[in-house]
Amino acid sequence: MSIEFRGVRKAFPDGTVAVEDFSLVIPSRTTTVLLGSSGCGKTTLLRMVNRMVDPSAGTVLIDDEDVAAVDPVALRRRIGYVMQNSGLLPHRRVADNIATVPRLNGVAKDAARERALQLMDTVGLDRSLADRYPAQLSGGQQQRVGVARALAAEPNILLMDEPFGAVDPIVRAELQQELIRLRRELEKTVVFVTHDVDEAFLLGDQVVLLQRGGRIAQAGTPAEILANPASDFVADFVGAGRGRRSLRVEEIDGVLVVVDADGRPAGVLADEARTAPGSATRGNRAQ
Amino acid sequence: MSVFLEALAWLFSPERLGAGGIPQRIGEHLWFTLIAFALASAIAVPLGYLVGHTGRGREVAVAVAGAARALPSFGLILLLVMLVGVLQIGAAVTAALVILAIPSILAGAYAGIEAIDRRTIDAARAVGMTEWQVLTRVEIPLGLPLLLSGMRNGVLQIVATATLAGYVGLGGLGDDILQGIALRNYPQTLGGALLVVALALVLDGVFAVLERVAVPHGVRKRGGALPRSSSASRTPAASAAN
Amino acid sequence: MNWVAENAGLILALAVQHLRLSLLPIVLGFAIALPLGYLAHRYRPTRGVLLTALGLLYTIPSLALFVALPVVTGISVLSEANVVTALTIYAVAIQARSVADALDSVDPDVRQAATALGYSGWRRFWAVEFPLAGPVMLAGLRVVAVSTIALVTVGILVGVKSLGYLFTNGFQRRILEEVLSGVVMTMLLALLVDLVLALLGRAVMPWTRIGTPAPRRAAP
Repeated sequence: MSIEFRGVRKAFPDGTVAVEDFSLVIPSRTTTVLLGSSGCGKTTLLRMVNRMVDPSAGTVLIDDEDVAAVDPVALRRRIGYVMQNSGLLPHRRVADNIATVPRLNGVAKDAARERALQLMDTVGLDRSLADRYPAQLSGGQQQRVGVARALAAEPNILLMDEPFGAVDPIVRAELQQELIRLRRELEKTVVFVTHDVDEAFLLGDQVVLLQRGGRIAQAGTPAEILANPASDFVADFVGAGRGRRSLRVEEIDGVLVVVDADGRPAGVLADEARTAPGSATRGNRAQ
Repeated sequence: MSVFLEALAWLFSPERLGAGGIPQRIGEHLWFTLIAFALASAIAVPLGYLVGHTGRGREVAVAVAGAARALPSFGLILLLVMLVGVLQIGAAVTAALVILAIPSILAGAYAGIEAIDRRTIDAARAVGMTEWQVLTRVEIPLGLPLLLSGMRNGVLQIVATATLAGYVGLGGLGDDILQGIALRNYPQTLGGALLVVALALVLDGVFAVLERVAVPHGVRKRGGALPRSSSASRTPAASAAN
Repeated sequence: MNWVAENAGLILALAVQHLRLSLLPIVLGFAIALPLGYLAHRYRPTRGVLLTALGLLYTIPSLALFVALPVVTGISVLSEANVVTALTIYAVAIQARSVADALDSVDPDVRQAATALGYSGWRRFWAVEFPLAGPVMLAGLRVVAVSTIALVTVGILVGVKSLGYLFTNGFQRRILEEVLSGVVMTMLLALLVDLVLALLGRAVMPWTRIGTPAPRRAAP
């Protein structure tokens, strides 16, 4: 399902304008990352899709249907939503948390539980955790439950609001890889919010870099943004301007080592890359 | 301690069982407590949930709870009895008890909802719960311990204030205490006081157990510690000791 | 309102007496609750026992405490000292918990930073923990002050004069204004003391003035 923002604006009652005038098309079955520092309006934009926030002006369309015309409760039940602190219900067991939306939609208890257990497999959670309470899980496990809950209603759209922001770097890398796998298997339209450039470039088919007030600094594929930063702001934000992402190859003891601008090694050049030296310029740092 | 023994002797003497005796006094006391508690809850719980769920009227609720703490309960009873008329003492006293119990229960109801992590409620809404479902499936179960804590304060407030109702001749355990003072019969006074204390402790114990049971599984901290300690004391616990 | 005008002198005298009877338990209660609250905060096992015991004292209805206390203290039921003692017990019961909660609320990072800077235990308490626990302790103190002032009136039932005198006297003489003025004056006195405490708090803890309260429903 495609999502389109058409000239949306959001001013909160206290007068702050979170989004000034934002337009964007998110193609079906792709991952779009809204990237920016805190206060740039990225979460507000995300929450307009499932009407957790209603725009002050402009429209949000899902498959050319104005969401403002859809009952928010019905809309939310067919859109998956994952948030930073998982937002699990602390008084419900893992399986019940995952089954929340099917149960709200009237699915029988047994069927909902069976579905929940399947989803635990999908997101890589051991079924033995089904009867634990959220407080008994690690942060990474809680996030997986959050993802499973979001998938439970078989939504075509998945909204993810800094879902991996609160877990440690190792778990985050694991969850990112898991998401890449899920996305391949499930073919959802994913909108992902983050302030982490590396995460945005890793996950996004399309990355939208936002400035204050939801102004688009640049939108494009990670490669396009890195290769042609539209402004100093973009270059600075993604690190191209400071040379953080420019890598070069040095030969050390007969091995080709990729080093960054400060001469710190980023990795070893793989054999197949030697024949095509140009391919090393897209500078994802070695994780 | 001889006074203490005399008080016990007074309590357990056979004539304490008949008309105007202890069972009747306890019955009166409990009856007033129950009626007032039911009425106060019927008013305060829905109101508190409304405030807690919408976040509107919170300042008013806080101000009311604060002002109620300054309200001298004994004065309120006498005032209402005089206003309503001596023939309607029961109604007047009940009204006073209800008024005094409402703030605690109201505070417990809205504080219970307010103490829930905003992100939990946000998530409940985001997965597609209606406002009613958010209230009944998330806010009420998670807010129950603090509501009960507020009810506990409210009940103690009622029991304590009902004691003062003896002054207007409504019976209850305060009757024995005040009569004892008037007659300079200290054993009777002390005996009545011991009964009131016992009644308050029993009711307090009942609510303590309820509060413990009401903490949802999954929210319960290890070691059985209740979340009451810090959060409940921040709810404006209207003085139970009036 | 004639009655009020004619008896302004009496009301004022009773109000002064009322204030005197309430200030003592408020101050004494805080002084006693401070070390108790610290113990409850510092030593976990004490916390449960101490706060539960104080909580039980707090459940005792005031009239019952007034008349039962002399058995323990030996003070006459009808004396001011008896009422002041009873009210002090209530004050300690509320305030000790509030002191413990207040000290618990001090950010452990700040405490560790203070230790790392070289504060010794005693100085760290007075220079760092006590002031930072101030706002929560003040909130507790204000609750104690207001409820103590309301409770003093019950003392009239054991013959200790305060604004509560207007209740019983007015009730017996069927003068509604008298009872009403007693209620209003008691509340005014409570609000006045509460206001004074709040202003004192602002003066003594200037840093609490700059903090803007976090919005209830944080904008995303």
